[in-house]
Amino acid sequence: MPEAKFRIKRYDPERSADQNGDGDGGYDEFVVPYESSLTVLEGLFYIQENLDGSLSFRYCCRAAVCGSCSMYINGTYRLACQTNVRHLGEGPITVEPMPHMPLVKDLVCDMTDFFAKYELIQPYLMRNSQTPETEFPQSPAERKKLDMPIDCILCGSCYSSCPSVWGEGNYLGPAALLKAYRFEVDSRDEAKKTRLPHFDNERGTYRCHTITNCVEACPKELNPTEGIQWLKGAAVRRRLLGRAK
Amino acid sequence: MIYHELIVVGGGLAGLRAAVEAKRQGVDAAILSQVWPGRSHSGAAQGGVNAALANHPESADDSWEKHAFDTVKGSDYLADQDAVAQMTKDAIPVIYEMEHDGCPFSRFDDGRIAQRPFGGAGYPRTCYGADKTGHYMLHTMVEEAVKAGVPMYVEWFVSRLVVDDGVCRGVVAYDMVKGGYEFFQGEAVVIATGGAGRTYGNSTNAIISTGYGMAMAYYAGVPLKDLEFVQFHPTGLLTTNILMTEGARGEGGYLVNDLGERFMHKYAPTVMELAPRDITSRSIQTEINEGRGIGGKGYVHLDLRHLGGQKILEALPGIRDLAIHFEGVDPIEEPIPIVPSQHYSMGGIDTDMDGRTIVPGLYAAGECACVSVHGANRLGGNSLLETVVFGRRAGAAAAAYIGGLPAKKQGAAAGEAAVRAALTQVEELAARAGTPGAEDPYAIRTGMTTTMKEHFGVFRVASVMQEGLDTMMDLKQRVSMIGLRHTGGVFNLDMIRTVELEGMVDVALGIAAGALRRTESRGSHSRTDFPTRDDDQWLKHTLAFHTPDGPRLDYKAVTLGMFEPQERKY
Repeated sequence: MPEAKFRIKRYDPERSADQNGDGDGGYDEFVVPYESSLTVLEGLFYIQENLDGSLSFRYCCRAAVCGSCSMYINGTYRLACQTNVRHLGEGPITVEPMPHMPLVKDLVCDMTDFFAKYELIQPYLMRNSQTPETEFPQSPAERKKLDMPIDCILCGSCYSSCPSVWGEGNYLGPAALLKAYRFEVDSRDEAKKTRLPHFDNERGTYRCHTITNCVEACPKELNPTEGIQWLKGAAVRRRLLGRAK
Repeated sequence: MIYHELIVVGGGLAGLRAAVEAKRQGVDAAILSQVWPGRSHSGAAQGGVNAALANHPESADDSWEKHAFDTVKGSDYLADQDAVAQMTKDAIPVIYEMEHDGCPFSRFDDGRIAQRPFGGAGYPRTCYGADKTGHYMLHTMVEEAVKAGVPMYVEWFVSRLVVDDGVCRGVVAYDMVKGGYEFFQGEAVVIATGGAGRTYGNSTNAIISTGYGMAMAYYAGVPLKDLEFVQFHPTGLLTTNILMTEGARGEGGYLVNDLGERFMHKYAPTVMELAPRDITSRSIQTEINEGRGIGGKGYVHLDLRHLGGQKILEALPGIRDLAIHFEGVDPIEEPIPIVPSQHYSMGGIDTDMDGRTIVPGLYAAGECACVSVHGANRLGGNSLLETVVFGRRAGAAAAAYIGGLPAKKQGAAAGEAAVRAALTQVEELAARAGTPGAEDPYAIRTGMTTTMKEHFGVFRVASVMQEGLDTMMDLKQRVSMIGLRHTGGVFNLDMIRTVELEGMVDVALGIAAGALRRTESRGSHSRTDFPTRDDDQWLKHTLAFHTPDGPRLDYKAVTLGMFEPQERKY
């Protein structure tokens, strides 16, 4: 029977001091029956169910829309559910948690800071004027500006890949800033000066040095860098001319 | 012990909407979710959400009454008509509110929310955001919950309800990140945990759609209603059962058999591919069973090629990506191989129009609940609608209930006892591991998903169902012998998936027992041995009550009033 070899990075915070202390479990290898439709996520389930019940990973939709299973697979950011083993070439499949993130267990990393930063930029529509009885009108052209940022699934790949995040723990990072961009370019949003101070500062847009790792890492092929540059422009215009859009 | 006035279990659209509503009414509401709420299965909904906004040029005279009629007819007259009327009336302000909250719906040239045709609907009334409507609505509701300051306990697995003296007092939950169990004390609980799709081996649903929330209510004495009505979506991807939206046919896609024929003309000559899902799935299955699947195999084609690349990229970009990534097929170039796939639980926790169950303080909303607005067959675009309409109503009703309570913070002893019971359950499971006769939970899980898929599918017949029911009863016995191999405290998937399994098996048994007993064909429940609807005997809801030996079935009347049952033709 054809098979696929998985090499998985392990971490268990409950490992006692005499077993390494820091919880680092190195790499474990597993052999999984191969079929042409096998995804990395299915391989992980096979291992958890049949070979090692202690394996931990995140999962939910298995259709690339929920953002749970972003991992570092053969050295590339990928959604495990969307990654077909047959596209990974010869040799063992190395599966690691997203790098530069604190760990919870095995392939599960700690997303606390990531979501705290998301909440910090006020990720919601803000209005001051009166709410109409029906919808706020929005032309297809205005709506089109939202196409890119609203497809973000907040998987964290961009955040994990960003050297500016590695170097400055306070930096909001690409995902939160892309969310700020999503609202700042929305024709219905009237946050004006309310949201701006959260990204127009040294924790915000200016920490982006357009390294574009985020663009490469994004499993949805989005462009956070482009959004961040737009925010920089908006912030500068606000400071010089007093208007944001 | 952690206290919030209202505990919402589940962070999908219904749970978020319930929590936001309660919070807006001044109640301290918190959400507990197994995943970060933005990862919930609501986000996988694609095609849209129904509301009679009359924005489409062809829907100028649409109305909530017409939406109600289509819904009731679609339900094969099993839906409660007062609830349907409430939902279709509420639809209009609720969708405008979603838009005011920032939901990025697609737009017509005049700036209004775009609407597209959908199956079983007399007018184009399905509001959409490309083919990612659920994702957009879900993120909008998460954003509203952040704005409202709703506390979210992320990656907490709720394993049991705390019911003391017949009143719901909170839940027990496993902290996946830190380990350990906690009693969450509350004055009321809203269950919003989604459907039971994963009891089937061919589901479009997320892996967390286990039906475990339904099982918790079931164990607390609340009946589960109309479980045998399981929707099979006509177009799941062949290899993975991942959803290809009904919007693909709403935009003009064809269903084609091995002869290259648009076979729907034989089954629904007027509306063709836009027949309701039960009829379309049966039509596809009939083509397959009669040897006209592609190459004689078990699938047909969803063909979008004639729509052209530009329309596919604008209206159906998500479908195209999914087909490319998961089936290796670009719909611009090739037809998509599809197969009817388990998609939705019409049945669920028996509630009234405000999400109330028979247990004071316990509410349910969304797919885990059965109001019933979908009856025997749900129309596409009505599930997203149900989540926000009834999430809001359940949140408001729970807030009113909490406001009227004479005494608070009751049931602490019961809560602590429930935590001990949860710990004991895990210890017993672990003690059984490695002993003779210890059962493997994953073998039981596979047995269940295979049995449900093969014995309770699109077409049903007594002999096959009886065999399936016997197998499920056997699996239920084996569940009590499961041994748990991994006992670690942090992110213990082995433990969660084992605890879930017991609930899944009990819900699946409810589906099986209800299906075998109902000797008629209605909506999604299609029996070859009883091929017609029997209103004299069966115009009634099934109620399944939990007993240790399996479900006890009872029945209750359907609320009519607006539309007399008639033969259903499209």
